[in-house]
Amino acid sequence: MKLERPKLTLAERLYLPAILSGLALTFSHIFRKKVTLQYPEEKPEIPPGYRGQPVLVKDEEGRVKCVACQLCEFVCPPRAITIKPMEYPENAKYGKVEKIPAEFDIDMLRCIYCGYCEEVCPEQAIFLRGPYSVTGLSRKAMVFNKEKLLELGGTLPDPIKKWQKK
Amino acid sequence: MEAILIHLIKIACVLGVVLFICAYIVLVERRVCAFIQDRLGPNRVGIPLWIRKDGSAITLGGKWALGQPLVDACKSLLKEDFVPAHVNKLYFWLAPMLAMSPALIVFAVIPFGSKLFGESMILADVNVGILFVFAIASFTVYGIMLAGWSSNSKYPFLGGIRSSAQLISYEICLGLSVIPLFMQVESLKLSEVVTWQSNHLWLICYPWNWLPALIFLASSFAETNRLPFDLPEAEQELAGGYNVEYSSMKFAMFFMAEYTSMIAASALMVTLFLGGWSLPFVPATGGVLVGLAHICIFLAKLFALLFFFIWVRWTLPRFRYDQLMGLGWKVFLPLALLNVLIVAGVIILGWVK
Repeated sequence: MKLERPKLTLAERLYLPAILSGLALTFSHIFRKKVTLQYPEEKPEIPPGYRGQPVLVKDEEGRVKCVACQLCEFVCPPRAITIKPMEYPENAKYGKVEKIPAEFDIDMLRCIYCGYCEEVCPEQAIFLRGPYSVTGLSRKAMVFNKEKLLELGGTLPDPIKKWQKK
Repeated sequence: MEAILIHLIKIACVLGVVLFICAYIVLVERRVCAFIQDRLGPNRVGIPLWIRKDGSAITLGGKWALGQPLVDACKSLLKEDFVPAHVNKLYFWLAPMLAMSPALIVFAVIPFGSKLFGESMILADVNVGILFVFAIASFTVYGIMLAGWSSNSKYPFLGGIRSSAQLISYEICLGLSVIPLFMQVESLKLSEVVTWQSNHLWLICYPWNWLPALIFLASSFAETNRLPFDLPEAEQELAGGYNVEYSSMKFAMFFMAEYTSMIAASALMVTLFLGGWSLPFVPATGGVLVGLAHICIFLAKLFALLFFFIWVRWTLPRFRYDQLMGLGWKVFLPLALLNVLIVAGVIILGWVK
């Protein structure tokens, strides 16, 4: 196949007009609004449904939704999750209904953010949500315990409320 | 004895100023490139003035990153100076020095001011000024070539080959493009070129000098390995070109060499085409104030041209190798030759007085 090359005019072949218009364009960009986000001072706006680090959620009554079934612990590919289950105390409001995690640790140095824990959870208690800046000064500080995970997760309203019927 | 002392002070001042500009032009380049790309660029590091008891520091000009060159210099000094086992040690060590020194030596013959305290503001006012510049500037190719060759690996070698071909081709255009100037000025002395321009108009003001100015500018882009002619270090093709195997201060030397030769090329362009230290309505001779004003005028022109260098770098894409050679040999060389004839005709017609 023969490709027809476009016939260039003298101005185009001189190359200078194109260079000058390019220079004018880049010069105009010097005065435009900058897109840089000054990170530690300015934080980006996180859209809803952002897939950040795994966190635990509570329902609107403030109950920990996790029932310590340990499915996430078993499915976790890098074995970042460690759960120690316990039973509710005898006289608690939801006692005898379900278990509760006594300890729930996620080693954020091991977590690979695969989201299997969220996918496998039958109680919709663990989610990959908002927090994106996972930092710590030591290996120990990078193991997030239950309190920290619950604090990061906040509440997620539960429309079914199956616990109230028991 | 006193003359030697004055000379040494002059040399120290020029070297200091050149290296200072060299350090800060890197910062300017980073800022300007960021602005052109709608970013902000470095804007954190200030010059530390005082460290408080709690460890925080009072800094100057942090918004403009005035301390960035200091930090960069410390970083390159503290990095590991790694020499790969397969290199030719002698030439590997020699190359950064050879790349850096010619660019600095060129400043010896650049007149950066008229007279200050009765001293002419030029380090060495040699009769063959421009020839000296070209003789020294052609040494730069050794630094780059030796770096490419002694590194003993593929990409630096390709970069070295490219640079030797490119620099040698464009030196011819560079030399030919300034011949018409010296036909008009009738001297090779750079100080006389500037005096002529302060008595007449700047050489760029004459229409028959526009073409040589363009060729000189484009060729000096090629000589200093700047975009759009930065083939010796084309990052995307050669992973960095001739300086791939270098690290730490040796790499910084190549980096500084590029910027120093950029400053040298701008200074030369200012001297030859833009009237050096002269400016209309500023007296050519006078007291200390006039002398200082001349130096400031020269520096202002220099900075304007340096900004242009940076501006072009972030506008134009790189030429292909055959395009580069074609432009040098098939376009610039005949045009430069033709221009010698044109200016000869202009002089015969008596348009230049």
